[in-house]
Amino acid sequence: MENLEQLVQDGLKAVEGSDSLQALDQIRVEYLGKKGVITQQAKTLGKLSAEERPAAGQKINEAKGQVEQAINARRAELEKAAIEAKLASESIDVTLPGRGQDLGGLHPVTRTLQRIEEIFARAGYSVEQGPEIEDDYHNFEALNIPGHHPARAMHDTFYFNPGTLLRTHTSPVQIRTMEAGTPPFRMICPGRVYRCDSDMTHTPMFHQVEGLLVEKDVSFADLKSTVEEFLRVFFERDLEVRFRPSYFPFTEPSAEVDIEWGREEDGSIKWLEVMGCGMVHPKVFDYCGIDAEEYRGFAFGLGVERLAMLRYGVNDLRMFFENDLRFLRQFR
Amino acid sequence: MKFSEQWLREWVNPNIGSQELMDQITMAGLEVDGFEPVAGEFTGVVVGEVQSVEPHPDADKLRVCQVYDGLETVQVVCGAPNVRQGLKVPFAVVGAVLPGNFKIKKAKLRGQPSQGMLCSESELALSDNHDGLMELPGDAPVGQDMADYLKLNDITIDVDLTPNRSDCLSIKGIAREVGVLNSMQVAEPDIQPVPAAHSEVPEIRVEAPEGCPRYLGRILRNVDLQAASPLWMQEKLRRSGIRSIDAAVDVTNYVMLELGQPLHAFDREEIQGGIVVRMAKPQEKLVLLDGQEVELTEDTLVIADHEKPVAIAGVMGGEHSGVSPKTRDLVLEAAYFDPITLAGKARHYGLHTDASHRFERGVDYKLARDAMERATQLLMDIVGGEPGEIVEVASKDELPSDRVVDLREKRLADVLGLAIDRTTVEEILTRLGMPVEKLLKDGWRISVPSFRPDITIEEDLIEEVGRIFGYNNLPVTEPTGSLGLRVREEARRPVSAIRNYFVDQGYQEAVTYSFVDPAVQKLVDPDRDGIALANPISADLSVMRTTLWSGLLKTVAYNQNRQQPRIRLFETGLRFEQNDQRIDQQPMLAGVVVGNQYPENWVNGRRTADFFDVKGELEGLFRLLGIEIQFVASQHPALHPGQTAELMRDGEHVGWLGTLHPQVQKNLELNGTILMFELFLNSIVTGYVPNFKEISKFPEVRRDLAIIIGADVAFSDVERVARKHAGDRLTALRAFDVYEGESLGEGNRSLALSLFWQHPERTLNEDEVHSLFTGVIDALKEELGATLRS
Repeated sequence: MENLEQLVQDGLKAVEGSDSLQALDQIRVEYLGKKGVITQQAKTLGKLSAEERPAAGQKINEAKGQVEQAINARRAELEKAAIEAKLASESIDVTLPGRGQDLGGLHPVTRTLQRIEEIFARAGYSVEQGPEIEDDYHNFEALNIPGHHPARAMHDTFYFNPGTLLRTHTSPVQIRTMEAGTPPFRMICPGRVYRCDSDMTHTPMFHQVEGLLVEKDVSFADLKSTVEEFLRVFFERDLEVRFRPSYFPFTEPSAEVDIEWGREEDGSIKWLEVMGCGMVHPKVFDYCGIDAEEYRGFAFGLGVERLAMLRYGVNDLRMFFENDLRFLRQFR
Repeated sequence: MKFSEQWLREWVNPNIGSQELMDQITMAGLEVDGFEPVAGEFTGVVVGEVQSVEPHPDADKLRVCQVYDGLETVQVVCGAPNVRQGLKVPFAVVGAVLPGNFKIKKAKLRGQPSQGMLCSESELALSDNHDGLMELPGDAPVGQDMADYLKLNDITIDVDLTPNRSDCLSIKGIAREVGVLNSMQVAEPDIQPVPAAHSEVPEIRVEAPEGCPRYLGRILRNVDLQAASPLWMQEKLRRSGIRSIDAAVDVTNYVMLELGQPLHAFDREEIQGGIVVRMAKPQEKLVLLDGQEVELTEDTLVIADHEKPVAIAGVMGGEHSGVSPKTRDLVLEAAYFDPITLAGKARHYGLHTDASHRFERGVDYKLARDAMERATQLLMDIVGGEPGEIVEVASKDELPSDRVVDLREKRLADVLGLAIDRTTVEEILTRLGMPVEKLLKDGWRISVPSFRPDITIEEDLIEEVGRIFGYNNLPVTEPTGSLGLRVREEARRPVSAIRNYFVDQGYQEAVTYSFVDPAVQKLVDPDRDGIALANPISADLSVMRTTLWSGLLKTVAYNQNRQQPRIRLFETGLRFEQNDQRIDQQPMLAGVVVGNQYPENWVNGRRTADFFDVKGELEGLFRLLGIEIQFVASQHPALHPGQTAELMRDGEHVGWLGTLHPQVQKNLELNGTILMFELFLNSIVTGYVPNFKEISKFPEVRRDLAIIIGADVAFSDVERVARKHAGDRLTALRAFDVYEGESLGEGNRSLALSLFWQHPERTLNEDEVHSLFTGVIDALKEELGATLRS
């Protein structure tokens, strides 16, 4: 028993001097293992009287506890040092760029179309599609543009043969949708349209969105709110909107829509034409088998590239179809 | 249509400025496209008189003139061919400033002093005519400021009229609108019948009354077409965009601009027998006023004499029958031609004239006589002559009939969204020349004037009331209506989800033209003919695409030519195919990839994208869509024969994935390995609605094997055989290594596979897994000649 104190002192010293977890474990075995020097002290208990045993036992336990505590403390220290060493060795240059796939992007026309679709979808408009190679009936006739109509000349139509053409607007989709269904209707028809015209401000293909609302009780005043709200939501600005009388064979009354786009030198509003609209012409309802006395409707149409140009400041329409990556990447 | 503001204000002169007037017209639906001053800005130009003209001693082409400016006579050197004694001309005195800030100073021309300049029209920016000096009438007051003399404080207003508003193709029509907008009376010229001075009348036969319901002719004898039309008329024409030709043509143009009725004057001597209005006969030819000879088609309405056509009705006169300075007797024509008969005829002959523009849109069918009288009077004032009686041939059955259109008060309010008070409605319509014929219980019966062919139904009247009342004065209300819910198929993914997937994979969306270069398309899709446009914009945009690859590969070339080596593009859109009589328009999804798979980076960033990169991306898409697609080795004429997969879904063809054939790539002048795919969108967008299966609580067992097998045996065959023998409890099969090397022997490769088994209700025991595993190995050996790799 007399050297227990010495063993503890030796043990503590050894623990303090250990420089690795393995060394520390060896020390643990050496002192506290089954055959450890301190554990072995328990054998001496048998030589003691029953009265002395508990006190001696307690001393041995205290000695074990003392060494064990030291080992645990040292282990924590060593572990911490090991982690720190590992962390130090794992340090990287976090300023190097990350790797992996680049992000692509939607075409600005699609981006604009999706935005328009979302805006109208929230007001309950469905999105309708139709063929791009159309027949004369759906592109013109049913839209109250008969063969001799001067408006045909304004359309610069691409033909395949006299009765087959590339749609000049997405309005035929309205006809097809009305033919196939029953009112009321609330829809937009986005898509490609074609006109035989190509210069600085015209491309032979471009995109339109046309909208149609048919209800029992709808008026030009309702059309005004729909168009005004759309433009303000689209441009995210409280801009001035005006309705200018115009003419489309398939609507009456018809209007062109101008928005405030800057100021003239004299401070007056600079107006920019952005949309066409009107109340559905009764003849169009006739063609679609809808009673024009029972239902009324409004329709509107807009050029997607034009809105995209205004929204994103693009200054050349033709860029939309060159698909230059340096242009496209600006819209992702 | 272009017109002079001053001219308009002679008819109706509201107390508003030019800009406000133009805004007013625009907001009434007659869109002002632009305006310009009728002359350039200049000062110091007066009416001058040339008092004498002497040759220049040292220059053949110059003359030395003495010019009187109202105060003094000065010497001016002039090179104009028409300078002559007694001529009155615009004279820019020393100190004058001409358009373009051109200052007139004392000068010497070839040694002769010159004080001032005699001006042409172009030098005052009145027109681009610089043929010679502008000749002023003899009564021009010498010394008067030119700007005052010509009343140049005026602008030319250009209105872009919609095709329904033929009534506004005249000063009279525009004035009517301005009158309505300002609630003002409009002053019209006093037109009186001109009494006949002789009894000669033209013989007129109308053989095509449906095309020409009304035709008026009159003979005007002994005119003097040497006489120039007066300056005021020339100026009004000029300011309306029409050049002065001679008095006869000027007067017909003037009346057309003023009233809207096109007129024509023939040289009576060139009309053989009489006038016949008929359809053209086969192969008839006519030399037009512009000098071109046309072969007439049988659906063309012509004015003929007893021998030959002399004009295309309502479009253009013939050269031969036209008036000339020598013409003594005129036959004046005023007619109403049917718009439908004339529709498109001018365009057919490559023409577009002021007359055809008006007749196609509809001229006032009651206007011809007034216009004829007006023109007769003006002609007599200028060129003298003796008028005869007017001969009128009219077919009542063919003329438009007088119409009434009913307007219901409630309908008006319902459509516009506002009840406009009755007096306002009546006043608007009356001022527009549409008086109330009768008050109805629920509205008005409106009589439609002959100058408004566009008004045929109630909506036309509603529009008139609305536009004059002002669209911007109408209320703004929210539409009401039922908002039913709509079917939204869960298994069907929106195309936007597909687009977003490719964007996430680093693809840039392209939008290319639907019509493509047939030469390019022949290379990428040689087996199909694109549907050809009858009137393409250019040869390289002349056939409809049969595949989106045509446009995408052109886009690759465009970008490679602009130093873009890494290109990843996709597009969605229709492709077009002729199938017998039907045109098939299929929505497609296509993509092209060339260059590095990843943006260049600092670790292994330069690996070129290969087939399996793109295949992996497509497999990701198919998982997104919830569909199973098989890739089957196949052949496509545009693709590399050893790197082409046909994509199948449940045995149905859904598209292609492959590497562009090197020969096609060379022909298209493209660089790098180009991977491409194209899929039928409709075949892939519908997947499934998830259906829950119990998750197994029991462990999954994995077994790996490596085989050596012929390199020509497809992995899909290995997989098929393995799955067939692996039993129902196989949950997955994966290839984790593919190796080809000399050590394996020529034509062999090594494949390493892992197989996974799991039972939903119990733990699989070692024996059954082992038996399935060896079963797979044996089958691979027997069916595909594989050997187990040691």
